[in-house]
Amino acid sequence: MKVSEQWLREWVSPQLSTQGLADQITMAGLEVDAVEPVAADFTRVVVGEVVDKVQHPDADKLNVCQVQDGSGETVQVVCGAPNVAIGQRIPFAQVGAVLPGDFKIKKAKLRGVESFGMICSASELGLEEGTSEGILVLPDEAPVGTCLREYLNLDDHTIEVDLTPNRGDCLSVLGLAREVGVLNRLPLNAPEGLDVAVGHDETFPVRVEDAERCPRYIGRVIKGVDISAETPTWMVEHLRRSGIRAIDPAVDVTNYVMLELGQPLHAFDLANLDGAVVVRLARQGEELMLLDGQQVKLDAGTLIIADEKGPLAIAGVMGGEHSGVSTATRDIFLEGAFFTPLSVAGQARSYGLHTDASHRFERGVDPEMTRRAIERATQLLIDICGGEAGPLNEQVNDAHLPRGREVTLREERLAAALSKRLDNAEVAEILERLGMVVEVVDKGWTVKVPSWRFDISIEEDLIEEVARIHGYNRLPVRRPAVRLALEPEAESRTPLARLRRQMTARGYQEAITYSFVAPELQKTLLPEAKSPVLANPISADLSVMRASLFPGLIRALEHNLNRQQSRVRLFESGLVFRGELDHLEQIPMLGALVCGSQLPEGWTGGRDKVDFFDLKGDLESLLGVAGDASAWRFEPGEHPSLHPGQCARVLHRGQEAGWIGALHPAARAKLGLKAEAILFEVRLDALTEGRIPAFTPLSRYPEVRRDLAFVVAETTPVQALMDAVRSEAGEWLTDVALFDVYQGKGVADQHKSVALGLTWQHPSRTLNDEEINQLVDAIVTTARRRLQAELRA
Amino acid sequence: MDHLPVLVQQAREAITAADNMVALDEIRVRYLGKKGELTALLKGLGKLPPEERPAAGEQINQAKQALAQELDTQREALARAELEARLAAERVDVTLPGRGQPTGGLHPVTRTLERIESLFRRIGYDVAVGPELEDDYHNFEALNIPAHHPARGMADTFYFDATRLLRTHTSPVQVRTMKAGEPPIRIVCPGRVYRSDSDLTHTPMFHQVEGLLVDEGVSFADLKGTIEDFLHAFFERDDLSVRFRPSYFPFTEPSAEVDIECVMCSGDGCRVCSHTGWLEVMGCGMVHPEVFRHGDIDAERYTGFAFGMGAERLAMLRYGVNDLRLFFENDLRFLKQFH
Repeated sequence: MKVSEQWLREWVSPQLSTQGLADQITMAGLEVDAVEPVAADFTRVVVGEVVDKVQHPDADKLNVCQVQDGSGETVQVVCGAPNVAIGQRIPFAQVGAVLPGDFKIKKAKLRGVESFGMICSASELGLEEGTSEGILVLPDEAPVGTCLREYLNLDDHTIEVDLTPNRGDCLSVLGLAREVGVLNRLPLNAPEGLDVAVGHDETFPVRVEDAERCPRYIGRVIKGVDISAETPTWMVEHLRRSGIRAIDPAVDVTNYVMLELGQPLHAFDLANLDGAVVVRLARQGEELMLLDGQQVKLDAGTLIIADEKGPLAIAGVMGGEHSGVSTATRDIFLEGAFFTPLSVAGQARSYGLHTDASHRFERGVDPEMTRRAIERATQLLIDICGGEAGPLNEQVNDAHLPRGREVTLREERLAAALSKRLDNAEVAEILERLGMVVEVVDKGWTVKVPSWRFDISIEEDLIEEVARIHGYNRLPVRRPAVRLALEPEAESRTPLARLRRQMTARGYQEAITYSFVAPELQKTLLPEAKSPVLANPISADLSVMRASLFPGLIRALEHNLNRQQSRVRLFESGLVFRGELDHLEQIPMLGALVCGSQLPEGWTGGRDKVDFFDLKGDLESLLGVAGDASAWRFEPGEHPSLHPGQCARVLHRGQEAGWIGALHPAARAKLGLKAEAILFEVRLDALTEGRIPAFTPLSRYPEVRRDLAFVVAETTPVQALMDAVRSEAGEWLTDVALFDVYQGKGVADQHKSVALGLTWQHPSRTLNDEEINQLVDAIVTTARRRLQAELRA
Repeated sequence: MDHLPVLVQQAREAITAADNMVALDEIRVRYLGKKGELTALLKGLGKLPPEERPAAGEQINQAKQALAQELDTQREALARAELEARLAAERVDVTLPGRGQPTGGLHPVTRTLERIESLFRRIGYDVAVGPELEDDYHNFEALNIPAHHPARGMADTFYFDATRLLRTHTSPVQVRTMKAGEPPIRIVCPGRVYRSDSDLTHTPMFHQVEGLLVDEGVSFADLKGTIEDFLHAFFERDDLSVRFRPSYFPFTEPSAEVDIECVMCSGDGCRVCSHTGWLEVMGCGMVHPEVFRHGDIDAERYTGFAFGMGAERLAMLRYGVNDLRLFFENDLRFLKQFH
């Protein structure tokens, strides 16, 4: 809601500066977004009259004008505007004037002709944004020689209030003034709401078929108007300062009354109405050409204004093109109605519209304001366009009008809610100032809510009103008293924060990427993935929910590679979305990506590119944080975005919990990625699941160690060998160290030597050679049987 | 016997000249060893007349002792010199950087969220989380925002179909928590939220922290106290001015926006605060009875407050970040500034 300060002050004018007034409104809960002067600074611009105009002798597009500026002499001015004409009153910048942008007007010569001043356009005076089409033509009665700022009351501000949706009652000068009046204990100087004298008795039939949605409808026929009449400057300026352009007197007057009183009105050309005005729901398939030129198919749930032939307007949203007022209009049918908020809610949006009328009706228009608004508009219209008003045709259905609600506020409840006992008289006074009819009842107040306050229906609403007007910042401050209760905390769960710290300790930067990604990117990386697709994405490349952390991490990698950051270590935690909407899993994951050298450029080496085992080491360190590394296994697997030879399925207690691997070269090529990358992602529920440590007594007996080097086929996973070893090593095995993997001289082609150091220790005695030899024999036999492993000679 | 002084003199010179342990040891053997020259003198005492023997023996022993002491002294000197030489040889340039991975860092938003969580944990709040792909009921309906309510226009919602959407705030977690438990409830809910808005000051995804306290006898004063304490603690400034401005959220009543004195200009007015001296940092209010009803909580018996804040906004103010979009570009040059 934008309104000029002067307009507001016509209604109520507290002893406050502009800023003081804005601050006061803001602190009452009507947030002032901006306070701006209605015109830019300029000086020495007066109302002038063009008394003569001749073509410039040397320029087709210039005119040489003689302007009367009130000084008694005529002043010669060269003017390039196409619309300049003899007899016009115009804004005239005299020599010595300074226009917005520090533009100084001096004597000048244009193509040999002297010019003493400038005839200004609206934009040159900062009254209009952009470039005006021609000079600003003032009304004929503008007094020549008057300072333009005075004439147009330009020393004014526009106050823009960002109203919350509950305060539809403040979407008018009346509404804001009412609030300012409450805050300053001042009465309103409302313009007199006189009923217009009726000049003829013609009415037009109105049939309200849906009284539930439209409990009140008032129509009036105004005959013999002249729409070509000029809207008076004061009204044009009031509209302009509220951000509305003047169009013609009928539209201007309805807009003006809407701004003034909050009641949207609509004017039809009576000649275009057929039979009767009908308020009803649209029928499926009906169409309407709207005022904005848009042809819409009406939905059966939409309340419309129709005549016997068909739809005329979407009720409370927008009128139709065909039935609207034009300069040819002689007789007007003026409509004022109360459409319930629910009947209008959502309608405008469903047609892609948002209008001043729908904005107000959705929030609630005072149902008791209709008559006053229509009388006011009639008066203004007749003042401007002439004509005669007919009687009001009012259709009311009391049963469906919002009932005057009664709400009770309990003294105790108010005191408890605010931790402060306000003076009872103050409470009653605040409520009364807000327009409520207050009845003091036992330990409280029962109030009748005014018709314009749609937001008050329960006790808490009244508590808020009292608190708001009393002032939030005058209310006490205290600290909540709580019962100290220790909550159990699972020791076996590792907090995510701890895992994040581990990643940063290993040199990773945390990334946060969007949860929605480009569908092509996700398809390239995870062709099989199903994840929900947004119906209204902000852009195509942010339209599908991520099924993995990989797409986001890879995008972040690209961003950095494109900025000369060649060594990238990133991790992210967050949800991934897997499955169709109806069977969706939202899974918390932690993922990481590495690219570039092992260490930053330095003097100690580490210039080798990171490989699978660098990242695996980091992942293993992460698995170690929760303290149950033995719950995890890696097994060779195939993942569509990972290199088939460098890719492992990560298993937690036998269940797939994630993947690790090098980005597949084909995917890399498709994405145009310059560098190799290695990634992992693992479910957080598995990563955070650890164990509570369980003590084992320390043995006092010596350890026995045997080193065994096996030769196996190079394709045999070491894990399989380890499994074979463990399966036969007996219960006293305490450690298996893998201390060498070797291929080359001394080992057969396509084979590798794997050296293991086995350690045994018995808790209560010394192990003897014989029993260890037996275990080793069993290990060797099993390894040979399962894996064709041979001890290295 | 006569040449004892000469012998001692020779030995002394040899000891002083010895420049390593081996040479020194050779000298010891030569003079003091079993077959050493002084030892030989001692052995030759028998050839002296008996009355001269004690004095001569005494002289030789004294010479031996003296030499032994000088050998020790020289040995220590040599050892010291050797150690010094070794230390000198082993000197490194300690200003060279150390080996290994440099430390990484948390994203500034995570850093901010963790800080907020930790402040509230210390006074007994739990951390609660909820799904990001939400339904209409939890995101709107249960928060007293029925269909077509004008407040739905306050947040541009990402939809999947008629009822499923990306949560526009962390408030749905409130309802889920209320339904799942009993008062007293004290939770903070950090997380990602989504609104279809993208320009200089909006990103389609950002982070909020929602707070909720429900108990008997909770008042607006408790809300004010909690918020003030939090903002003072977060900005580590006890004198930071905080003001409460009436506002509207469908799920709280009374509702307030919270402004703080601009932390950039200390309230003098600057570009960041649009020359008002104040910065809007969060919204809050007393839980609306309708929300209690959806959460199966008796609104006559219990009252509560809720608050919500944007993590990016707080991070920007705390760390002086001037462009919201930087948070989601994941540029290492940006991320590395928040270690």
